[in-house]
Amino acid sequence: MFLHRLPTPVENTLPPNISKAPLTYARSQKHPLFRRQFLPSFHGPRTVLLPSPNVAVVSGSSWRQPEPFPPELRPDLMPKHVAVIMDGNGRWAKMRGSPPWVGHEAGVESLKRLIHLCCSWGIKVLTVFAFSYDNWKRPKVELDFLLRLFERTIDTEIEAFASEGIRISVIGDTSKLPNSLQKMIHNAEERTKQNSTLQLIIAISYSGKYDVVQACKAIAGKIKDGVVEIEDINERLIEQELETNCTKFPNPDLMIRTSGELRVSNFLLWQLAYAELVFDPKLWPDFGKDQFLEALASFQQRQRRFGARH
Amino acid sequence: MERKTGSFASQLFGNLCILWRRCVFAVLSAGPVPNHIAFIMDGNRRYAKKRNMAEGDGHKAGFSALMSMLRYCYELGVKYVTVYAFSIDNFKRQPKEVQFLMDLMQEKIEELLREESIINEYGIRLHFIGNLQLLTGPVRAAMEKAMRVTAHNIQRVLLLCVAYTSRDEIAHAVQGSCKDKLNEVQALKEGKISNGMISIIDEDPNRNGIYMLNQHSCKDNLSASNVFSSNSVLKGAKDGKERDSFFVHTDQEHRSNCQETEIISCNGVIASSEEKRYKQGELSSNLINIEKNMYMAVAPDPDILIRTSGEMRLSNFLLWQTSTCPLYAPAALWPEIGLWNLVWAVLSFQRHHSYLEKKKKQS
Repeated sequence: MFLHRLPTPVENTLPPNISKAPLTYARSQKHPLFRRQFLPSFHGPRTVLLPSPNVAVVSGSSWRQPEPFPPELRPDLMPKHVAVIMDGNGRWAKMRGSPPWVGHEAGVESLKRLIHLCCSWGIKVLTVFAFSYDNWKRPKVELDFLLRLFERTIDTEIEAFASEGIRISVIGDTSKLPNSLQKMIHNAEERTKQNSTLQLIIAISYSGKYDVVQACKAIAGKIKDGVVEIEDINERLIEQELETNCTKFPNPDLMIRTSGELRVSNFLLWQLAYAELVFDPKLWPDFGKDQFLEALASFQQRQRRFGARH
Repeated sequence: MERKTGSFASQLFGNLCILWRRCVFAVLSAGPVPNHIAFIMDGNRRYAKKRNMAEGDGHKAGFSALMSMLRYCYELGVKYVTVYAFSIDNFKRQPKEVQFLMDLMQEKIEELLREESIINEYGIRLHFIGNLQLLTGPVRAAMEKAMRVTAHNIQRVLLLCVAYTSRDEIAHAVQGSCKDKLNEVQALKEGKISNGMISIIDEDPNRNGIYMLNQHSCKDNLSASNVFSSNSVLKGAKDGKERDSFFVHTDQEHRSNCQETEIISCNGVIASSEEKRYKQGELSSNLINIEKNMYMAVAPDPDILIRTSGEMRLSNFLLWQTSTCPLYAPAALWPEIGLWNLVWAVLSFQRHHSYLEKKKKQS
């Protein structure tokens, strides 16, 4: 799928990662780690300096082939919408003595792998937290690199996305982005708006609170225009005004955060009300098929009651 | 005689437990102690099923666990505790179970208001958070009475989320925010504000725009540190505490010294060179307005969110307030939660505290 877009494969000279770190706090009660109720189970920052085999660039031909559906998963229990907080690029690079942008480049490869898996396994919407509204406070050098990386990635991948049936949508306060990137985003959205295999929603300069505030502003505008009364404000109206109104499935069923951090960090605040959360200790560039499979298996084991009875 | 010996032994054991607990808390207090802990009390029914008890007994066991956990939290030095007692979604349960829970809540509220209860022991102020209009008259009346009777307590706070969901809270806050804005606009129209103009002057590219905002219309809506750049010619506190001192320049001074590009009202359009900064300020203003109208505005955001029974989801609880809060999901069912679960959560909080504080300051 991404054959002609991938760089020349580089020999992975580092030995593979042999430690299989368990998911943190995300397992069902059956997991032995959580039967020990009185002993704390700490997860520290990963000190293993060895990358997983997933980091190596896969050969071009395998991208064309869809990944076969794993036998351990049930097709009827697959989440329709998966959200991902791609955390850990900086730490991944630091552990290798590299600057942060090396981590971000590796993160893009990881994202491509995930997109391919979602397309293969019938997930309809994938939302990724590429850049938070709070990330504008990062050093300018890193910001410039990230913005250029976004541009480069869209530019190089748009053909593949268009041909693979992937629809691109971007949410967030894009007014803060350079004009060239804004234009590129607009073109990518227009170019792929008819696609329906997978909707890839990229959250750039996004915050969940910002999303609610802009919805509030939109509603205030409608009240001012007499379209809506104040008494009509309800959850449904707000949901219609949130930026995720660009998709048929605005609320994620499953949210994955990598790097072991146990929080949502202002991502899809409203939309994550009933999402199952999975916190994976792997850093984002090391997150691959095995980890995604584990997250999906965990999701499928969970009993979702939505406040009602079993 | 045997009964007296038994009673003495159990009292001694109880005192030893308290002493041991206080030692543990003294050690924990060497590090940062969370100011606010929130709990999703999940697992009462599974607990009852596991022990072949009636479902109602599971909820009663859950209440006992709540009392123990409150005691531990307040002894440790936590000031605010929030618990998810009853969700709006729980109304979908069997009417018999819903009625049982309402009766149980009413009974327990009356127990809590007694002289010898934990409320008086720790000086706890009660808040019932949620859309209380969805509750029946007697239950609502009991809650309102409890809030009234404990309103004078200032040492510790217990927030019980009843008939609550976070989305309902946000919708209510958005409605309140829109009402505030509407009132503001109407007040402007009626000319109640004497200087209802803002001039945005952009003399040269190197000088940031100077904002002159009407005090009365904007002081409740703006936060200085977010709206104004460090170069702007303003006195006033960075964190918006002294909002009245925002405004230094008079309109006369502006006009005589600068070239005016646009004159606008408080809610109007800004000149293009300052548009992005104004937009950020407006964003902050709207954010503050929404937060002001939240049910949970009576307490700071939680430092930790603990959900029992191993389920890792928020279930429409404090979505806004826990956006940067660490989540912990011990496998214990709510009636099984113990001291060590709390200790574990606090130790994890302490381990990440400095990193989280740094992140909060950045945002």
